Amino acid sequence: MIHAKVYVTLKRGVLDPQGQAVARSLARLGFAEVADARIGKYIELKLEGDRAAAEKRLKEMCERLLANTVIEEYRYEVSE
Amino acid sequence: MKIAIVRFPGSNCDDDALHVLGRVVGAEARYAWHKETSLGERGESVDAVVIPGGFSYGDYLRAGAMAAHSPVMGAVKEFAERGGPVLAICNGFQIACEAGLLDGALTRNASLHFECRDVYLVVEGKPTPWTSGIPAGRLLRVPIAHAEGRFVHPDLAAVEKEGRVMFRYVDAGGGETEAANPNGSMGNVAGISNARGNVVGLMPHPERASEPVLGSADGRLVFESLKAHLEGKGRRV
Repeated sequence: MIHAKVYVTLKRGVLDPQGQAVARSLARLGFAEVADARIGKYIELKLEGDRAAAEKRLKEMCERLLANTVIEEYRYEVSE
Repeated sequence: MKIAIVRFPGSNCDDDALHVLGRVVGAEARYAWHKETSLGERGESVDAVVIPGGFSYGDYLRAGAMAAHSPVMGAVKEFAERGGPVLAICNGFQIACEAGLLDGALTRNASLHFECRDVYLVVEGKPTPWTSGIPAGRLLRVPIAHAEGRFVHPDLAAVEKEGRVMFRYVDAGGGETEAANPNGSMGNVAGISNARGNVVGLMPHPERASEPVLGSADGRLVFESLKAHLEGKGRRV
């Protein structure tokens, strides 16, 4: 079984109001060193088949559903 | 005049759309359930399609992401490719963008709030079935109700140049101000069309403001425009 970890984040340059709110909250809590926060999504998938096939299919999954490539970018890690 | 109103699990403006098109405008309107692969009754054709607002599939993953791949959207895409008029309202606009019927994306409001109030829109852009009956520059007072309505586009300048911005957030005097922009949309954009002009999407709800008893009947102009277009009377006033 292949385990995939997919990370979907807003592209740099796309305003992330949630991230901004989190950064402000952290600053209020005394974490003054927080310069920026960006919020994304983390998706775990279990796939049947081999690793090479999984890598190829994951790209397609990200392009077609998991990410909206107009505003988001994605990356994934695959382990067995 | 036969209209299909697409209905997903989680749609909640489907009744409003059916009411306005059926009872107010006088069309023959029916629902097309998300599992259907044809838009009309028993595979019959329709004259226009409305993708109404709501929270299809619970807004899981991203607003509109799941609905965009539902069986009925295959039929909507075919209809749109043949030039059929499609109006995508609120969650419908999100679905249309996710499905590639329209370009751009709708994401979290800059305010982070669910914005639920009346706004003013100015009607502009090249004529479409849904707007050609409305004088360019006319202001419409209609409500918005969304948390993810911030329009983002990788090349808004091109969209502007092509005359595809259909509706823009303005103040009561028609001023395109930052204060009049409820969600942080690029260029105060509230709605656009596709290149061909048959598909129009907008975040505000014209169907919720189509009778005086609801506080505004401005939204009715959008549906009357479609009616005039289908009757062959459509022209930019």
